[in-house]
Amino acid sequence: MKYLRLISSNLKRKKLRTALTALSILVAFVLFGFLAAVRVAFSQGVAVAGVDRLVVRHKVSIIQFLPASYGDRMHRLEGVDLAVHATWFGGIYQKPSNFFAQMPVEPEPFLDMFPEYILDPEEKAAWLATRTGAIVGRVTAERFGWKIGDRIPIQATIWNKKDGTRAWEFDLVGIYDGAEKGTDLSGFFFRQDYFEEARAWGEGNVGWYYVRVKDPDQAAQVAQAIDAEFANSPAETKSEPEGAFVQGFANQVGNIARILTAILAAVFFTILLIAGNTMAQTVRERISELAVLKAVGFTDRAVLGLVLGESCLLTGIGGLLGLALAWVLITVKGDPTGGAFPVFYFPIPDLVIGIFLVVVLGVVAGILPSVQAQRLQIADALRR
Amino acid sequence: MRSDGLLVDVKGVDKVFKRGAERIRVLRGLDVEIPEGEFLALMGPSGSGKSTLLNLIGGLDRPSAGQVHVAGLRIDNLSNRKLASWRARHVGLVFQFYNLLPVLNAARNVELPLLLTGLKSKDRKRRVETALSLVGLSHRLKHYPRQLSGGEQQRVGIARAIVTDPTLLLCDEPTGDLDRKSGDEVLELLQTLNTEQGKTIVIVTHDPHAAARASRTLYLDQGRLNEEPVE
Repeated sequence: MKYLRLISSNLKRKKLRTALTALSILVAFVLFGFLAAVRVAFSQGVAVAGVDRLVVRHKVSIIQFLPASYGDRMHRLEGVDLAVHATWFGGIYQKPSNFFAQMPVEPEPFLDMFPEYILDPEEKAAWLATRTGAIVGRVTAERFGWKIGDRIPIQATIWNKKDGTRAWEFDLVGIYDGAEKGTDLSGFFFRQDYFEEARAWGEGNVGWYYVRVKDPDQAAQVAQAIDAEFANSPAETKSEPEGAFVQGFANQVGNIARILTAILAAVFFTILLIAGNTMAQTVRERISELAVLKAVGFTDRAVLGLVLGESCLLTGIGGLLGLALAWVLITVKGDPTGGAFPVFYFPIPDLVIGIFLVVVLGVVAGILPSVQAQRLQIADALRR
Repeated sequence: MRSDGLLVDVKGVDKVFKRGAERIRVLRGLDVEIPEGEFLALMGPSGSGKSTLLNLIGGLDRPSAGQVHVAGLRIDNLSNRKLASWRARHVGLVFQFYNLLPVLNAARNVELPLLLTGLKSKDRKRRVETALSLVGLSHRLKHYPRQLSGGEQQRVGIARAIVTDPTLLLCDEPTGDLDRKSGDEVLELLQTLNTEQGKTIVIVTHDPHAAARASRTLYLDQGRLNEEPVE
């Protein structure tokens, strides 16, 4: 602790250089925080996917439909506790960039299947009583300023109505919250019976099924049994755990984790060069001062520690401020896309990794200048 | 300390520097004995090896051959870590260009050697104040080197050198960067430390006026010590 003043004093020597270096480190760690939040936004569906839930889709592609009659046949299979269907609606609210998922579902079994969606009992009752009723997640409701009782017009891109129009209208009867932090609160769900009666084509077909198994340990066998049940039919199925399904969906964009890791690696490599260069410069400028420290009795190792401590303090100031700023911006300002991400937060494990990275950056940036300082020969250095 | 009162005993010391393929023999089988309490001046032309000898006595460098004993301890074969620890306890160094850390104020500069001791902050502060008052700068504690004159900076340097109460004070051209008046003040201070505090002082200088303050002067030339200047 008694050396802290000595270490921090050296950082004040070239205030502008120290400030610019710390600022570049700060920006890197703000970026780290935001990219962590983006990664979570893409992968959170996988993390919160129910271990007892399967997704059953058409074997060829998710855009191929399955018969609505498959639900009853699945219910009869051993190990199946509940099967509910959903269909991709793909509508536009006001403009295409206002993206969020919309799906027709059967309200009661759907809410039974997804207990993580917390809906007020009165709102649930209203949904059951309103044929054009819809519920929406809190994130999307806040994104568009919707409140219960609003009439929500959505322009279909896939599903024309029987009257030839594409304008669907829904009555917002409920806003659901999440049982846990990562719950997707961007979804918009409306009633299957309204959808079924109004759509111009595709009657009797659904997009995919969610199946809850009685015993998660038997999920693989149940998936096999479902696929076997519909083998050699016009609509063969592919059943997989919900997590794998969501991951596959996310992978359509690309391997998000790998892309983000590549970006961060490039950023941190650049920052490492900047911080390393700053430390190398600061040691070069202070050769005789470091020699004086050794002359008055500081050991080689103590001088190494001082320079390394200075490097860690520099990255610590920039890095920790950056992480703190990222935390504040993400928590207070939230999703920069205005709600396109289902979840957006800075996960604690990533924050811990960030703090670890701050230390690693400090050590790696400072190690070469520190060793150079450690190896200084006093008499030689004093002559310079 | 030896019973004969000898503090420094340099025996048959050679120092060779390599500059590329060239080998420069700066000290040649040099012997010197410095009794405790002496104020010794080392004179000689540039490149004669005065500072090199001072560095060897202070454990800042190692001889190519020969031995250096200080206060009965052979220091030329100590490990780097032990030598650093020994320097912290036994040697005070004063440099021509003061070599103060510009980012620290006078008190913090003087405190530097004390950071290596187990002293508490309060005790360190007291010793720093004592050292600075000994050199007449108790009113300049919070001043940074850039706010001090050359003479004041050198006095801070002397305070830093004596704050640990070292056995030996080694001064490399301590007045070389000062005007005559400031130089005289510094020399007066060193002489006081020698006569009143009993400090053993070795001073390297080009200036006969400075050397005149010493109780003995030795002359280095061609890597050898002489009692009289070589013509």
